[in-house]
Amino acid sequence: MAEDVFQPKPAREPPAATTGVIGWVRKNLFATWFDSLLTLFCLVAVIYLLPPVLDWAFFSADFLGTKPEDCEGAGACWVYPNVWWDAFMYGQYPATEYWRINISYYTAIAFGVPLLADTQRVRAIVLGVVFVFLPLFGMVFGWYPDNWAVFAYGAVLFAVLSFLVPRMPGVRYRLWYGVFMLIAFPVIAFFLYTGGSFGLAHVETPKWGGMFLTLVIAITGITASLPIGIVLALGRRSNMPAVRSVCVVFIEFWRAVPLITVLFMSSVMLPLFLPEGVNFDKLLRALIGVAMFSAAYMAEVVRGGLQAIPKGQVEASSALGLSYWKTMGLIVLPQALKLVIPGIVNTFIGLFKDTTLVLIIGLFDLLGMVQSSFANPTWKDFPTEGYVFTAVVFWCFCFGMSRYSMNLERKLHTGHKR
Amino acid sequence: MADSSTTLNRSSGPPKTKVAPWNDPKVRGFFFQVVLLVALLWFCWWLFANTTANLERQKIASGFDFLGTTAGFGIIQTPIDYSETSTYGRAFMVGLINTLIVSVIGCVVATVLGFLIGVARLSHNWLVSRLAAVYIEIFRNIPLLLQIFFWYFVVLRLLPHPRDSLRPFSDVYINVRGIFTPNPVPLDGFSVVVIAFVVAVVAIVFLRRWATRRQESTGQTFPVFWTSVGLLVLLPLIGAAVTGFPMTWEYPKATRFSISGGFTIYPELAAMVMALSVYTASFIAEIVRAGILAVSHGQTEAAHSLGLRNGPTLRLVIIPQAMRVIIPPLTSQYLNLTKNSSLSAAIAYPELVSVFAGTVLNQTGQAIEVIGITMLVYATISLSISAGMNIYNKKMALVER
Repeated sequence: MAEDVFQPKPAREPPAATTGVIGWVRKNLFATWFDSLLTLFCLVAVIYLLPPVLDWAFFSADFLGTKPEDCEGAGACWVYPNVWWDAFMYGQYPATEYWRINISYYTAIAFGVPLLADTQRVRAIVLGVVFVFLPLFGMVFGWYPDNWAVFAYGAVLFAVLSFLVPRMPGVRYRLWYGVFMLIAFPVIAFFLYTGGSFGLAHVETPKWGGMFLTLVIAITGITASLPIGIVLALGRRSNMPAVRSVCVVFIEFWRAVPLITVLFMSSVMLPLFLPEGVNFDKLLRALIGVAMFSAAYMAEVVRGGLQAIPKGQVEASSALGLSYWKTMGLIVLPQALKLVIPGIVNTFIGLFKDTTLVLIIGLFDLLGMVQSSFANPTWKDFPTEGYVFTAVVFWCFCFGMSRYSMNLERKLHTGHKR
Repeated sequence: MADSSTTLNRSSGPPKTKVAPWNDPKVRGFFFQVVLLVALLWFCWWLFANTTANLERQKIASGFDFLGTTAGFGIIQTPIDYSETSTYGRAFMVGLINTLIVSVIGCVVATVLGFLIGVARLSHNWLVSRLAAVYIEIFRNIPLLLQIFFWYFVVLRLLPHPRDSLRPFSDVYINVRGIFTPNPVPLDGFSVVVIAFVVAVVAIVFLRRWATRRQESTGQTFPVFWTSVGLLVLLPLIGAAVTGFPMTWEYPKATRFSISGGFTIYPELAAMVMALSVYTASFIAEIVRAGILAVSHGQTEAAHSLGLRNGPTLRLVIIPQAMRVIIPPLTSQYLNLTKNSSLSAAIAYPELVSVFAGTVLNQTGQAIEVIGITMLVYATISLSISAGMNIYNKKMALVER
């Protein structure tokens, strides 16, 4: 009776056209006639545009040299950003004092990376990029590292703080790094940059420039705007009518005007507001303007987070006998800020991009230095290279920040979302 | 504790504990507010005193009299009559109108481009959605000012010299100085065409109302869209035909080194519009994508099961619900674009900041008045757009129980 037992035939293979590469292509590129048309159109556009761009940027570009005549190819002249590298990075800062800025960069990286990245793998990658890959790559063009002693300081500090200290038992190293970066680092950086004490030569702020100035403005703005924004957001949700209306007016005023007018105000109106003899530095005035402006935006972002926290949280902490500041600091803000990380980082990115506006009031940030380099008769013919170089630098920072925030969001996600 | 027990005995109501005034939230709140207000008033008074002292010392006369004096500088793009003999007040108006021109054109272009790219980002076509993602990630991560410089100093400088202008049509010239096209000049009787246009618009409003009412009572639909297009085109055309086409063209004339006459789109305006709209479109695209994704897939399925085809599903079910999510952030993008139009100062497009806070401020030195007026104008534009959008938003919001 064995032949009566039902023997299913083996299942047939799916049609070849629905699986594998062909299946994927049919499903994702040529599903309907309209899809096919779109795909063909896009393919033509890509094939038409991409090779000339790649050719311009890499294959026919000139990388090595010291003068415009070294650019013989039909492509980009990357000699130009290479020759202007120091000006683009440090502005008019005296060349003999670059090491001060570099030391602050290395210190910030050494303390900041273990703070921001909690896995050894990421720290190792940063170590590899900054201290192995960049020197190998940079030595070809002669722009990195400037000073081997400073470089060695950076490498050793980084290795110790990222790999040795975390292994010591019972050390809450990230707390200490955070305290250092928030309190000690700004003071150290200020004395390093301005000089005039500890035997360092004084460098006045009009000489600051390039990427260095961009970073100073962006990082000061970021660190100032978050706490001010939090205070404003709390004030806007306060029960006290006077506090609330002052905060509302303040926030709405700064949000209603463009940053340019704020910068104009800080450069032409602020001197009129101050008593005779008191004179702020131009950079400091711009910094105050930028910080106030982004604090208002930050306040709205934080308020969004505060509104999302259910009232029960506040009531429960009041029932436990916590004061207002303890309720906010221990219960509400940790939850609210976590919710609005994307918004906070977006504000940071916006602030970073907006630092370019200071060139309109005569400060020379990275874009300002690039723009002013076109005035040099020898190098006036390379605006495209200049702008593309600047764009790539800004893009890397902004894209990196947005990716980091996505990563952070995933990590801090503790089950509120479904 | 002893205190509270005695109060318990004395009163029949809920126990009242005597709180020291510095622990009473009401008293404390009142105290803090008074402190804040006093500090604020003192700060304002301090600013005011400093300012008046400084102005006196520098011998700057305050007040708005300067708006009536002759400006003495030229402006390239003048949508209203303006010459070097006009007043500063007139220059302010020119700047304001130029700001509005670049903002409105920028908003329209950015919306169209942003919606296209946002939809492309959601496309099932892998290549299309990748390209849209690349566009978004590139343009929103590069500073706007840099993009403005790039369009103005790199892309538009590729155009030819006036001597060998591009001429796509016989009377259109494109070169580094701008785009020169014939300028329509209305003659007598043109008002008839305008009136016909207004009549068409009014008729469309009534037609829509009538069609909605008819659909609600009888279920029959009426092709409102094509009828509206027909009305808009036909009525003015008939008006023009009756009055004998009362319009003539002013053609641009090419001289040896430049082109004069006609209607001109200056490269400053073109660069600003391109940069603003390309930049803002990348944000709008993300807003549109988020808005469409926010409408749950069940809505599409329900619409399909009711027998709606893809087109009506999108038009009647998905888009109205997505708009609710899209409108508030879209408004803030429009506001950003308007505020960002002030970056024109960097390439000397003659808008408010460039003309008024730049040239007029330098010539008159009236820093407080000029910056004050400029900020007030932007604040007014911002607050009125957001007020208008709030009304629209309220109309569109979900009617909840």
